[in-house]
Order: sequence, then C-alpha cells, then structure tokens
Amino acid sequence: MGLELYLDLLSQPCRSIYIFARSNNIPFEFKQVELFKDSVLGKKPAAGSGSEQPHAGSSNSEGAGKVSLLKKVPALKDGDFTLAECTAILLYLSRKYNTPDHWYPSDIQKRAQVDEYLSWHQANIRANAPKTMWIKVLIPLFTGQPLPSEKLQEVMEGLSASLKQFEERFLQNKAFIIGSEISLADLVAVVELMQPVGVGCDIFEDRPRLMEWRRRVEDAVGKELFLQAHEMIFNIKELSNIQIHPQLKEHLAPVLMKILK
Amino acid sequence: MGLELYLDLLSQPCRALYIFARSNNIPFEFKQVELIKGEHKTEEFQKVNLLMKVPAMRDGSFTLAESIAILLYMVRKFKTPDHWYPSDLQKRARVDEYLSWQHVNIRGKGSKVFLMKVLLPLLTGQPLPPEKLEGATEELNVVLKQFEDKFLQDKPFIAGSEISLADLIALVELMQPVCSGYELFEERPKLAAWRRRVEEAVGKQLFQEAHEKILNAKNLTADKIAPELMENFKHQLLKQTT
Repeated sequence: MGLELYLDLLSQPCRSIYIFARSNNIPFEFKQVELFKDSVLGKKPAAGSGSEQPHAGSSNSEGAGKVSLLKKVPALKDGDFTLAECTAILLYLSRKYNTPDHWYPSDIQKRAQVDEYLSWHQANIRANAPKTMWIKVLIPLFTGQPLPSEKLQEVMEGLSASLKQFEERFLQNKAFIIGSEISLADLVAVVELMQPVGVGCDIFEDRPRLMEWRRRVEDAVGKELFLQAHEMIFNIKELSNIQIHPQLKEHLAPVLMKILK
Repeated sequence: MGLELYLDLLSQPCRALYIFARSNNIPFEFKQVELIKGEHKTEEFQKVNLLMKVPAMRDGSFTLAESIAILLYMVRKFKTPDHWYPSDLQKRARVDEYLSWQHVNIRGKGSKVFLMKVLLPLLTGQPLPPEKLEGATEELNVVLKQFEDKFLQDKPFIAGSEISLADLIALVELMQPVCSGYELFEERPKLAAWRRRVEEAVGKQLFQEAHEKILNAKNLTADKIAPELMENFKHQLLKQTT
C-alpha cells in the first residue's frame, strides 16, 4: 500500500497537489472524494482527517451525520501516516520524493520567499477567490435563489485588491514569484485563480502580465496536465444538472447563508 | 547592520517572533512600529514591507514579511535546536500542518473575538451587540475543540514530546482573546496544562514580558489612536467583524 491522495479536483488545493505529484512522476493512488456527495452525507470520509468535525459556525455536532464541508480534502495517507493541509502535503511530497530544487529552493532567501507567499496566500487570494464559485454557482444551485450581485461585486473588489498586491509585491517583473523558475508558490497561486475563471469571472482578461505568468506556469507543469486537472472546474455548469439530495440542501443552507452575509 | 525585526507586540505574530528570537539568543535590533500611531503606513516602513504589515524583517538588503516565513528563515539561518522545526519528515509535516490550518482557524477566530471585544467598541464608541460577540465566541470554541482533538490530542506538544514553532504560534494567538477578557483556559484543563508547558519551555519571564503590552490592551482609549487612522480602522474592523 503506497501513497494515497484523497482529492476532489473541484477544490483548488487538491489541484495543486495533483499537478505537483503528476508533474514530478510521484507514484500515488488517486482516491476520489466527491465533496458534495461523500463528505456532507458522511458516506466516504477522507482518510486521516480523523473524527468528523463540525463545521465552523455550528455548535452542535450530531456525530456521523455532520461532516465538515470542504475540510476533508486534500488528505494524504502514507502507510500509517495521515496528513491534511495543502502546504504541508506539498512540502512533505517535495521532501520525501526529492523533487527538483526550484520547487522549494535550498537557497535560504528564495525558500523564504516561497514561505512568504504560501502564508500570505491563505488570508488574501484564498480569502476571496473561492467565494466566486459559491456565489455564482453553488448558492443559486442549492438555494434556488438568484445570484446575489452586490455580494459578488464585494468579493471581486477584494480579489482585485489582492491581485494588485500580488503583481506589485510578489510577482513584480519576474518570470515567476521567486525569479526565473517555477516554485510551489506559483502553483498554489495559479490553481486558486482558476476558480473564478471556471465560473466566468475571468480575472486574467485585463491583466496581461498575470496572463503571461499563467502561461509560463502552465508550460512549466505541462499544458495537458494543467488542462486535465482543471476539467471539472471548467465544466462547473454541469454541476447544475446534478440531482441534489434534500438532506444535502438542508445541511448546506446555513453554511451558504453565512457566506452570503 | 545585523538582523532587524519590525514589531508591535500588540500583534500576535510579532510576539511569536520576539519570543523565538530572544529564547534562542538570536541577535537582532528591535524596530518598534506603533500600529495605533499608524507607523506601519509610513513611506519608510513601506521600504521594508510594501504590504504595510507587521511583523517584517530586514537582513542586510533582504526584506521579508509573514511571521511563518520569518520564523523559518531564523530557524535555518541561526540553526536553532531541531525540535523547533524537526528534521524528522513526519514531525515536520505536523508542524507545517498546524501552521497552515491556524490562519483561518485559531488566528482568524481568536482575532475576531479580540477585535469585537476591545477594538470595535473603542472605535465606534458604541457597545457591542451581545449576539455578535456570542457568535464569534462560539466560532472560537469550535476551533478550540478541533485544536485539542486533532492537533494536540494527548501529547505534551503539537509535534510530540518537545515544543515546536506550532505551539509558539498557537499560544500567542490564543493570548489575544484571553487578553480581551475571554478566559478560554479556565474550563479547559488540558489546554491550560499545555500553555504552562509552552511558557516554561520559552521562559516564563520572557513570555510575560512579551505579553505586557497586550495585557494592557483594555486600557487603550480612543484618544491614543492617531485620528487619521480612526476612519480606516473603523471601516476595516466593521468588514472583518460582520
């Protein structure tokens, strides 16, 4: 039993791990998790995330039924060892499989720049980019309510502000975040930004420098692999056709209302 | 010109850096950046950190932001004892896992409680609606349970038998809601015991010294805040605490 990666490619962190592992020919077993079916209905919890966790905001956990949405993936299982959190998994893989230096450079300053980006990313790009999918696709889908446009505008403004900082502070005039070669920082950034693209908010449209960087990242990991990893998010509209289990709707309603506030 | 750390000890990540550097006898120059005076927005500070946030570090011509990046940089440059960021692959992964998870969880929810209890009433001059605080406190309670159940479990520290960066980052963050008056350690004996262990591991006196400013946060009054900052602070706070 080798390395197992529990992933749903609808999720950005899952895509970065998938692309990283495949791009580096790391042998692993792809354990598909379908967030909107398995996690929420408690049928197929991702390994290693341990006991089911109540999701933020709810103070009651009814055991097996309530499983944290979107918190089960990505997950890694390597023998008895289990691990969550995208950054931790990427770093573990880079160390265990001795991937090429540029991914997480041994140069202390370049490495610090990767750490700096990965940290900043969490509270900035990742604060708003994911919400675009919730607001444009999932909320209308699950609540039957129309798309809340001021909320979307608020999110896009927040995202714009982060993108400005990304360009001015992190990317600047370099080919990649740390310089001339791709690193984990670029990979984590780009998959996050593909979320709004997938739902029709093309943030690369009027940002030529960002678009060029994206192309460089795609080339560096392999265009075909990149496209394949993003197939699901590009076909997100098909999600609209799935039959939604009433229990799922019920469970999600409070989560969605919270996001809307 | 050696290592410069730009800090305001009101800020949790600044305290982590301060305690780590002092605890490991890392020589550095403490560069005070008074947030309530708006010193993080000066042109001079922007040369150190364009993002206008503390903590920030300058080492010669190299500048760096983000507390986790700075801590790891110090670990590597000054070759601190292994337990801070263990070379064992799995233990190291445990530390990475916590440091990643904590951004939106312990840090996010803990900060929110502090902002609501201390800063919001201060800046708006209005009392805080109790349901809002209740909601924020409840969210913090949820992540505290996750912290105990998933990260700490029955171990003395997050990565096992010795303190690591994860414990330090966790505790300074938890001190924020504590210093706003939410005694979260009171009914959580396991957490309280862990806290004592962390304080002892870094040095009780150093820990207390680092927290002096935040312990007095309740004495902060609106007139101490630079007037030109008030509107901006208010706006940001309202956004963060809705």
